[in-house]
Amino acid sequence: MTGWRVIASTLALIAAGPGLAAAEAIGDAQRGADLFQKQCYACHRIGPEAENRVGPRLTGLFGRRAGSVDGFTYSKSMARMGADGLTWTLETLDAYIENPKALISGTRMNYRGLKDDQARADLMAYLRSYSDKPRDIPEAEPTARKTDHDLDSAILAIQGDPEYGAYLSSECTTCHQRDGTDQGIPSITNWPAEDFVVAMHAYKRKLRPHPVMQMMAGRLSDDEIAALAAYFETID
Amino acid sequence: MTLTRRTFISTTLATGVILQAPMLLGQTKPRVVIIGGGAGGATVARYLAKDAGQALDITLVEMNPIYTTCFFSNLYLGGFRDFESLQHGYAKLSDMGISVVTDMATGIDTTARTVTTAGGQVLAYDRLVLSPGIDFKEGSVPGWSLADMEIMPHAYKAGPQTQLLKAQVEAMPQGGTFAMIAPPNPYRCPPGPYERISMIAHMLTQMNPTAKILLVDPKDKYSKQALFEEGWQKHYGTMIERVGPDFGGDKAEVRPATMEVVIDGEVTKVDCCNVIPGQIAGQIAATAGVTDDTGWAPVHPDSMKSKLDENIFVLGDSSSQGDMPKSGFSANSQAKVAAMAIRGELTGSKVFPAKYSNTCWSLIAPDDGVKVGASYEPTPEKIASVESFVSATGEDAALRKATYEESLGWYAGITADMFG
Repeated sequence: MTGWRVIASTLALIAAGPGLAAAEAIGDAQRGADLFQKQCYACHRIGPEAENRVGPRLTGLFGRRAGSVDGFTYSKSMARMGADGLTWTLETLDAYIENPKALISGTRMNYRGLKDDQARADLMAYLRSYSDKPRDIPEAEPTARKTDHDLDSAILAIQGDPEYGAYLSSECTTCHQRDGTDQGIPSITNWPAEDFVVAMHAYKRKLRPHPVMQMMAGRLSDDEIAALAAYFETID
Repeated sequence: MTLTRRTFISTTLATGVILQAPMLLGQTKPRVVIIGGGAGGATVARYLAKDAGQALDITLVEMNPIYTTCFFSNLYLGGFRDFESLQHGYAKLSDMGISVVTDMATGIDTTARTVTTAGGQVLAYDRLVLSPGIDFKEGSVPGWSLADMEIMPHAYKAGPQTQLLKAQVEAMPQGGTFAMIAPPNPYRCPPGPYERISMIAHMLTQMNPTAKILLVDPKDKYSKQALFEEGWQKHYGTMIERVGPDFGGDKAEVRPATMEVVIDGEVTKVDCCNVIPGQIAGQIAATAGVTDDTGWAPVHPDSMKSKLDENIFVLGDSSSQGDMPKSGFSANSQAKVAAMAIRGELTGSKVFPAKYSNTCWSLIAPDDGVKVGASYEPTPEKIASVESFVSATGEDAALRKATYEESLGWYAGITADMFG
């Protein structure tokens, strides 16, 4: 957590600093092109002529609102994230590619995620080359060097107290229904514990955009998030 | 029919358990009596039953067999909900073993620890939870008293008053004037006065577009003001005029007999007048002796326990706790902390640190929803706001629509959390 905060402020400084010629390259776009062919091409196209396929066209991805490509039918989850304000930046896209369902729980993208940091950086370098005039954009977040923000494995390893989680979960059930009904507010049942923990930390770090969830997760300690995960594992 | 059956069963339980339990179990289960079956009372009853149902004898006293939520009652006024969608029964709470008594609590003996009802029942308690909502401060709006509420409704306790207000707005002559006397702080919200203005403006735009709305407000400013003002201008043009304290909004007088509102000596004839008076804790809190000079009941921030009686907890609107607004969401949140504290005291279960939260959604026009919220934690002095957020002006239509849809999800969620 602390590490991330430090990184975030460094980023802000870089972004604000005048006359910085160029931020460090994101990654190796050539290797990224290779990865794109192997991992993404089955569903996505990119480039001036690209069209929507199983997945939306990825041309002009950076700076775009999530769920906003005309003519593509998104999952409810993706549409909601877009409405909430999720925009594709180096940071949010990195989190999405790493673990799609942790960022967008109900995404239709059937992709298990790319865990290797360097591979993601390379892929994003490639994707970035198809966004509008990348060289003309100030060296702000889309091209600033993305630094690793993965959840510390120690956080994922915390064993939560399910009894505490049961109490904490009462804050969730004011809005989220226990029976999994999804009416304007997503269901939170049947969620793998690790995805749950990653998702809560994504809110806590404001990667996921929803203000209520950012607030609720923002004050939960690592132990409390683990307690909630432990509790949710015990219910159907 | 349901009412009769439930009352009968409840009565049997209330007397039966007390007499039989010692023989069956060797000792009486600790008794919790809860007065008020709204967001605070129903939630605390349900959480106690859910988490300690076998160990506690739980009685919920509520005078209405069917509860009508104040939250979303403005949406009924605007034509976005039917009245029945606001109504909830207590059958599922009864099924959980809670004894639901449809009666009005009228007396409390804090020494003998008993509650007396209008129907003549005497209910003994080890812990008492008061969640009676609000009552009105007498004389707060010159010219108006409770006796005038059929002419100038308050519609601030959801039910027939809400239906009456809607009927009166619908009956306004073309080009007529609707007036609202907004309440001074602190006030219950929802049903927020400014969302109500929005909903009535929406209704009038459809059926009476030349009508005018006069909002008489004793307060300088109010929650989400910039959002409402932006929305009113966008959706309703010049229909709404607000008269704040600068122009006498704090000294308005009403004349129910002649349907007039008098502001700073100037008399305005109106066709419908919604008077929302100043508020105090529900009467039973004063009867129990747990209110102070302010008219509200001070509570310990970490548990919602009364500062004046260690066997009594006060939830929701009636409590004076610090920064939380008097909303159903707050009451529901406080109820969970209180349930944990009561369970801890009576059964020895683990007590975790109190956490509270609140979010209030408002609808300004179709698919134009906004929200404000905060998280709270106890400090030695009060329940203090930790972090907060509010919708921004100028948000795009997709976000506003998502916010409205989210509020529908919340309504379904919180009512399931309260009533099962």
